[in-house]
Amino acid sequence: MNNRIDYILHLADTTLILSQRNAEWCGHGPILEQDIAITNISLDLLGQARNFYQYAALLINNSSKLSESEVPPCWGFRGATEDTLACLRKEREFKNLLLVEQPNGDWGQTVLRQYLFSQFQYLLFEKLQHNSDKQLAAIAAKSIKETTYHVRWSGEWVIRLGDGTEESHNRMLKAIDELWRYTGEMFEPAGYETIVDVSLLKNDWLQKTKTVFAEAALPVPSATFMQTGGKNGNHTEHLGYTLTELQYMQRTYPGAQW
Amino acid sequence: MVVSSLIKEKIWSILETVTDPEVPVLTITDLGIVRDVKISGDQTEVIITPTYTGCPAMDMIVMNIKLALAEQGYQNVKITSVLSPVWTTDWMSEEGKRKLKEYGIAPPQTRSDRPGLTGNIECPQCHSANTTLISEFGSTACKALYKCDDCKEPFDYFKCH
Repeated sequence: MNNRIDYILHLADTTLILSQRNAEWCGHGPILEQDIAITNISLDLLGQARNFYQYAALLINNSSKLSESEVPPCWGFRGATEDTLACLRKEREFKNLLLVEQPNGDWGQTVLRQYLFSQFQYLLFEKLQHNSDKQLAAIAAKSIKETTYHVRWSGEWVIRLGDGTEESHNRMLKAIDELWRYTGEMFEPAGYETIVDVSLLKNDWLQKTKTVFAEAALPVPSATFMQTGGKNGNHTEHLGYTLTELQYMQRTYPGAQW
Repeated sequence: MVVSSLIKEKIWSILETVTDPEVPVLTITDLGIVRDVKISGDQTEVIITPTYTGCPAMDMIVMNIKLALAEQGYQNVKITSVLSPVWTTDWMSEEGKRKLKEYGIAPPQTRSDRPGLTGNIECPQCHSANTTLISEFGSTACKALYKCDDCKEPFDYFKCH
């Protein structure tokens, strides 16, 4: 398999799964404006995922080096499309970060997950937008404008809840306890991840996160065990359930279109 | 060449009638999303760029371009979407901004190189600058929610991008 294709699928899967998670809030947000905000972010991420999947499909279909035996059946006889890649790959083929597949929990856990990811994604796209791969650079340059909003929105929520009431503060502590262990994976490059060296983004991310947490009166956990594996298809149990919902229509009615 | 430039002019004039399904006062040329028109043989290629990454209106816009051109007899039409250079609200025409305001949506007011929201967005109803941000996210990907502290009307702001 091709490193570039795997890397693009990793970017696509991560944005698709977080989009799906955020979409679960649709109609359930704490107030109308925030319901709209989280679903807007979901839509932005879905747009990013579509761009990445379309590009991956193009490379897969153009790649004459892939022998037939290497092509998973889900890529289809007529080649890959954004839809086959999103809706017909199995759990172990998904390369998304573990962080984004974690359940929504309460609003505090959702906004913390968004903050931890968006702050990382911003730094990643800052680098990726100057990459020699023109299409990846264009997708990153396009998306970073939206990510800027996601970082600000989620960071403000982390501060509001962390430095809010005793109840909200305690909930944020619990959310950190749930999610922090999945942040290490973002900065550990997978074998196929050669386009941007994510290990170099860690210090910057940590500094920015410390600033937000300090304002939120929340502690930054010290060195702790980090759970990894998502980038290579080893997921927490939550991904399977999410995919079951996400892929239901295409699995039940193969090839169905709106 | 003269003939092909006449055809191009005709195509552009047809494109000027295609509107954004989410903000029907704006045409796609007001929005600045048509990058180029190319003619080769009997094929017309329209090159467009998306506004916001996840904007579902883009698929509909592609269909509406094809329909508008087909009505005028252009059947062999190819729509190509390019991401680079990135669309920003700076591409929106002055005419487009005027129409947005008339429609009740505050047009983008700062430059796109500072993405985000600044204060003092002018109320499209009473023109007061005494306004407050309610939410950075609105009813569509391109809008933020504001309220006017003078006339008390809520309004949409087409955010800088």
